[in-house]
Amino acid sequence: MTTPDAYYLPPPSRWPLVGSLALLLLAAGFVMMLAKLNAGPYVMAAGGAMLIAMIAGWFGTVIRENQAGKLAGQMDVSFRWGMIWFIFSEVMFFAGFFGALFYARNLAVPGLAEAQLIWPGYAGGWPTAGPGLKENFTPMAAWGIPAVNTLILLSSGATVTWAHWGLKKNRRWQTVFGLVLTLALGAIFLALQAHEYLEAAFSIRTGIYGATFFMLTGFHGLHVTLGAIILTVILGRVLAGHFRTDDHFGFEAASWYWHFVDVVWLLLFVFVYWL
Amino acid sequence: MDAATLHPVHHEAHETGVMRWLTTTNHKDIGTLYLWFSLAMFLFAGSLAMLIRAELFQPGLQFLQPAVFNQLTAMHGLLMIFGAIMPAFVGFANWQVPLMIGAPDMAFPRLNNWSFWLLPAAACLLLASFFVPGGAMAAGWTLYPPLFIQGGIAYDMTILAIHILGISSILGAINIITTILNLRAPGMTLMKMPLFVWTWLITAFLLVAVMPILASVVTMLLTDRHFGTHFFDAAGGGDPVMFQHIFWFFGHPEVYIMILPAFGIVSTIIPTFARKPLFGYVSMVYAVASIAILSFMVWAHHMFTTGMPAAGQLFFMYSTMLIAVPTGVKVFNWVATLWRGSISFETPMLFALAVVFLFTIGGFSGLVLAMVPVDIQLQDTYYVVAHFHYVLFSGAAMSIMAAIYYWLPKWTGHMYDERLGKLHFWLTTIAFNITFFPMHFLGLAGMPRRIPDYALQFAGFNMMASIGAFVLGASQLIFLYTVVKCIRGGAPAGDKPWDGATTLEWTLPSPAPYHSFATPPVLDEEPVHDHT
Repeated sequence: MTTPDAYYLPPPSRWPLVGSLALLLLAAGFVMMLAKLNAGPYVMAAGGAMLIAMIAGWFGTVIRENQAGKLAGQMDVSFRWGMIWFIFSEVMFFAGFFGALFYARNLAVPGLAEAQLIWPGYAGGWPTAGPGLKENFTPMAAWGIPAVNTLILLSSGATVTWAHWGLKKNRRWQTVFGLVLTLALGAIFLALQAHEYLEAAFSIRTGIYGATFFMLTGFHGLHVTLGAIILTVILGRVLAGHFRTDDHFGFEAASWYWHFVDVVWLLLFVFVYWL
Repeated sequence: MDAATLHPVHHEAHETGVMRWLTTTNHKDIGTLYLWFSLAMFLFAGSLAMLIRAELFQPGLQFLQPAVFNQLTAMHGLLMIFGAIMPAFVGFANWQVPLMIGAPDMAFPRLNNWSFWLLPAAACLLLASFFVPGGAMAAGWTLYPPLFIQGGIAYDMTILAIHILGISSILGAINIITTILNLRAPGMTLMKMPLFVWTWLITAFLLVAVMPILASVVTMLLTDRHFGTHFFDAAGGGDPVMFQHIFWFFGHPEVYIMILPAFGIVSTIIPTFARKPLFGYVSMVYAVASIAILSFMVWAHHMFTTGMPAAGQLFFMYSTMLIAVPTGVKVFNWVATLWRGSISFETPMLFALAVVFLFTIGGFSGLVLAMVPVDIQLQDTYYVVAHFHYVLFSGAAMSIMAAIYYWLPKWTGHMYDERLGKLHFWLTTIAFNITFFPMHFLGLAGMPRRIPDYALQFAGFNMMASIGAFVLGASQLIFLYTVVKCIRGGAPAGDKPWDGATTLEWTLPSPAPYHSFATPPVLDEEPVHDHT
């Protein structure tokens, strides 16, 4: 019997243990790869496979519990808090890299330009590959593909919200169409990012500019990819009829994540590409 | 939240043997796992400290290569912080937060299991790193480049272990925040929560806020080491000092992550044994919150000698000194709680009182170090080592011991051996002071830290510190024995062995049943705490 406010205590589960072993193998394999040991990629592949199995199995269990009505009421509120704080932790992860960008631009590089005894003739300024690399490069311009990408990602935020309205008003075609549009825009964004990476006149080795550019946009691209995978799963669940007009937190969590990725891009566009 | 009945699933049916512990979704099982893991790491990292003190027993190189000595200091710090102290506090949170707020379990029981079992995975990487070519990481627990960039395989293992530890901490913290915000029994308003729960709510917030910062900065170390980035390399426009800024933006809140739960424990134990409500409950809550907020604004006091502008030094000096205000509020309130109480001195109370006294000494030496001109003199000397052991050993570790003695009767149903507990307390407290008090003098006289040898004039105090350290280390075996003895048997504890205790866990039988508060407890109208 389930009451709306029931607390659901899940039975013992093996998935967390599988997840821990998976991360241990991934980490160990990665270290082996860095140490140029041949077994490295295989150990990593094993860890990656286990991780995918764990994610599929664990989320599958949660979805089944949800379909059985065990996760309503108070549990729903818990999931909301959980997602909010998870996204906050992601925000802080990006904050670390943005901190590096601001520090380098405003403190480290001007400081190096002042140290003429050590780096004679270094003028500082941004973008820069630093005083020791003597590298000339063309930085990424903001008002080409990046501006288009901003438009694309902002539109995808609108389409996912439109899909949500469809879910709330029980217009399934609108939800499905909105999600497909969102995914298509996400895919175009990623394709343009890949194009930009291939065409870039500098690399991650191009001093502090290359490092901050590729680390920030790279981790953002990774998060877009992750968000797109999540939305794809959600699309599948919409088609399978998992969501009700008043009970669809899985959808909302995915859209929160998508909006978070969107906001990070806006900051990237302003501080990495534009200013 | 009314009528929050426990869903009737497999009530007492959990798996048996090893699988019970590997697959458990029970907050008590997971709390127990955290605490055993922490004790194992405490003894292992402590034995590294014994080797350090053996090397420093006399001047001159005795039996450790300098490179190995550096590995020992680095890994002692890393394992004590991430392996011993943090998991112990999470273990208490797991056991106590649901009991103290009247919840059936943690909000995400499966995630809770993962948070724990990630720790052994990270520990595997860190322990294995002692055996790879070049030995373990030797750049200090602070991982400073450029030294860190130049190390061998163990350094990569350290980075990835920190990533896994970070995932564990973040997931655990999200679980604790959600539990506290969403699973409180009806009537358990935020301002009625026991202070231990409050300190953990704020600690968990700090963890979610700063562990990702650590993850980002060690990722930069990794890419600087292997993928050609120049974050910490001036030739590419980067800056090794930038690492210190980002690291300490994590690192200073991290310091409070390790002390706020200790404040919560002391605020729980002192009222119990003084048989008085905690003095100034509301001000205690605001003090903890203020400390947490200030912890984000003081990070550069760890870097006064890196050549920052005088304005920066002044800002970070004053903001650091400001922390003394809320901390002073807390110490004042503890003392005021004792005032005219009918105090008894069981082992948990002895430890809690020692924490108040000795942590305050550590707080004062922190104020000394906050002053820029003084810090420039004392930077990287044994004065700093003395300071942070007074806050982390006699603050964090001894409050963990206090909490173990305080709650073991509830967890096991047996009383611990009071004579052994007191013996452990006195040996620990005296040996701790013999070990670390002389380090203040060594530091003031200029002895640098992290060096395996020292000038002859430091010999006397070093020998004294080493003797103290050996006694301190050996005393912890009494602790281990007392805990095991209590688990295996002892006088029945009864539901409430401490007559002054007021929190909800003492309304349950001892040992606490596998599933507690299947129906939420009803809180009476009387406030749990003295709100005056």
